[in-house]
Amino acid sequence: MPKLIRVVLVISIGVFCWSPGWAQELSGEEMRSLDGQVQEIKSDVLGIAAELSTLEERLLYPSNTQLAVFVSLASGETLRLDAVRIQIDGEAVAHYIYSFKELEALQDGGVQRIYTGNVTTGMHEMTVSVAGKSQSGSDFSETESFSFNKGIDPRLIGLTVAGPGSGQAAIQLGEW
Amino acid sequence: MIRAASALVAFSFVISFSADAAEDGLSDLYFGEALFYANQSQFFEALERLDAELGQYYGLDEPALDTLHIHVGDAEFSVGDFELSYRMHHRAGRAITAVLEGDVEDIVRNEAAFRLARIHFQKDQLDDALNALGRIEGDVPDEIEDDVEFLRANIYLATDRSEEAAEVLRGLQGSDTLESFAAYNLGIAMLQGGHEADALQQLDRAGQLGTAEPGAPSIRDKSNLVLGTLLLESDRYTDAIRSLDRVRLEGPLSNQALLSAGWAAFYAENFERAIVPWSILAERDSTDPSVQEAMLALPYAYGQLSIHGRSAVLYGQALDAFSEELRKLDASIGSIREGKFLQALIREEIRQNKDWVIQLRSLPETPETYYLMELLASHDFHTSLQNYLDLEDLRAKLQSWQSSFDAFEDMIEIRKQYYEPLLPDIDQQFRELDSRIRLRQEQHTLLEQRMQSLLIAPRPEFLATMEERRINEQLNRIEQSLGDDSSPQAVALRERARRLQGLLTWTVTTAYHDRLTEFGKHLNELQSAMDVMTAQYESFVRVRQAAVHSYEGYEIPIRRLRTRVSEASAKVGLLMARQGRLLELVAISELVARRDRLENYQNQARYALADSYDRATAAQTSRVQE
Repeated sequence: MPKLIRVVLVISIGVFCWSPGWAQELSGEEMRSLDGQVQEIKSDVLGIAAELSTLEERLLYPSNTQLAVFVSLASGETLRLDAVRIQIDGEAVAHYIYSFKELEALQDGGVQRIYTGNVTTGMHEMTVSVAGKSQSGSDFSETESFSFNKGIDPRLIGLTVAGPGSGQAAIQLGEW
Repeated sequence: MIRAASALVAFSFVISFSADAAEDGLSDLYFGEALFYANQSQFFEALERLDAELGQYYGLDEPALDTLHIHVGDAEFSVGDFELSYRMHHRAGRAITAVLEGDVEDIVRNEAAFRLARIHFQKDQLDDALNALGRIEGDVPDEIEDDVEFLRANIYLATDRSEEAAEVLRGLQGSDTLESFAAYNLGIAMLQGGHEADALQQLDRAGQLGTAEPGAPSIRDKSNLVLGTLLLESDRYTDAIRSLDRVRLEGPLSNQALLSAGWAAFYAENFERAIVPWSILAERDSTDPSVQEAMLALPYAYGQLSIHGRSAVLYGQALDAFSEELRKLDASIGSIREGKFLQALIREEIRQNKDWVIQLRSLPETPETYYLMELLASHDFHTSLQNYLDLEDLRAKLQSWQSSFDAFEDMIEIRKQYYEPLLPDIDQQFRELDSRIRLRQEQHTLLEQRMQSLLIAPRPEFLATMEERRINEQLNRIEQSLGDDSSPQAVALRERARRLQGLLTWTVTTAYHDRLTEFGKHLNELQSAMDVMTAQYESFVRVRQAAVHSYEGYEIPIRRLRTRVSEASAKVGLLMARQGRLLELVAISELVARRDRLENYQNQARYALADSYDRATAAQTSRVQE
């Protein structure tokens, strides 16, 4: 009995860096081959996605009317951003509620494209409302209006959100 | 063991890099958007955005004016990182090689060389990895200095150059970010080099390091478990127990540590002490092999203490548990064979979270997923599963794109039906407008030329008013009608006409400069009107062009894309079937191996149960006789 159990013990120590040997023999070569093919198809599909994006952009958002609005958090911002609402010329165009994962992505320096649409050339009015909670847990909401000019090229607008006590404007408009 | 530690470090580096790029303040929104997706582990979307942005950047006539310009090095590195994270090892490294070959500063080239080396290492191209590290010279960014050396040590370890690995790792003892990893790997390097005593001492040190870096507790557990196992195999049971006791009770290595701690006490013939860890372990999840072994070992220890009744009861419980596990294993194997396993893996609620592996634990107990977490411990299974899930993502994307082509075609047709009948009338109006605009432009050009000539050679008569011109013509006609008439009346009239002519010339000449100024002012005003007209003209041309472009020129790209999507879908379907089949095979083979082991345990438990009953009965009889 002790001998039998000792054999079992050796196997269990091996589990530390273990993978089933028989399964490995069974599938190792095929797995590598399949892995290569999976990588190839990923590359193909990325190529399709790029071409499709270009086509979609041409079709849905031609450059002379294209407007894209991006949202980011100010550097080092701890504000818990809950929602952003955007109106252009009085019409609601975007209302986004953030998941925890998306908020973390923003806090790590990501920039979210919240809206892509079309506007005519000329002056327009944009109203941005943000809602969230400050680090202390108090509710935070702010609304700002901005004017912007849409020319014949695609118009990119970046909104940077900062919480109370950051010493910055709650919503800053950046132009690209 | 060695590779597992190194993989952990590489993973944490990718995450921190994404954050670093953003910390300096991003000025390129699309790069920021790629990071937004990458930070959520949506690497396909991240790659799609960043590839497009980089493609556009390199297509520019003056890329230095683009917002990506100052981040282009970071962006190239990020592409490599995203590709690695998306398990596209074949493609990863291309962009980084491009940076390495370019005319860049030492600090950028060295970071590129490090990243390339890391990619080669992950692809098991160890010579290439060392060659890439060999290209590092001059300034190295502070934040990767330790990472470079740690990678070098790992490559040495993977190529059995343990002495060199140990030397490098000694230099990393005290590193701010890698001390635990370096301490553990140094122990492994010593072990690999045959210096067992030193290795044990080093692992003992690694198991007690009080560093606060991420992953340090896991590395401490790992060091203590490996050390405890080595000591156990060397029959140094007391030392083994001391190491194994340091493994956290709630950590992922806890089960193995408890099992080994029990055996160490058992072989030291301290059976009462062996009962303690095994009793804890026997209460845990019975799908774990360590738990199953403890269920068998625990009554064995009671047997050694001659507590045969308790031993028999525990063997009986172990038998029940093994029977239940065997039933579950059979159900799992059956369920996998019915194809339910693959269906369970692609359930949407699991895929919502980047920590989907952790989510798997919360799946409802169904036969197809009983042993999923255990299966994931196998590297091959894990890789296959990731590939299968990636393929499922691609399948869903392709399916959604395929259906959007019909919508695009409908949209194009509606636009065509709307614009095409309008265009002939608009074009007719445009042609008329166009000819009028051209006429005005010619007139404007003529006036500008006249202004220039007047500035060079003054010609007051050119700026005479209409009235003055009419009077001048009238006076000329009067003079002509008088001809050579020399009558006193005619002479008087001629004289009057000349006086008037003189007056007219006086007026035109003296008013010339004011008129020239006025002329210039009007010409400027006209220029403004011409600018407005030109802008309207160009706007019209653009709008007309946009109207046509909204429905023309899409037929071929859509047809081509439709074919590509269709072909890719077929290929993805085929690969999913093969990958799925492989997953099922790996899972079944693993579960069958577990089943065999469990049957072996069950047999041992049956014999041991009978033996315990016999001994219990014999002991009772002996007591009665006494």
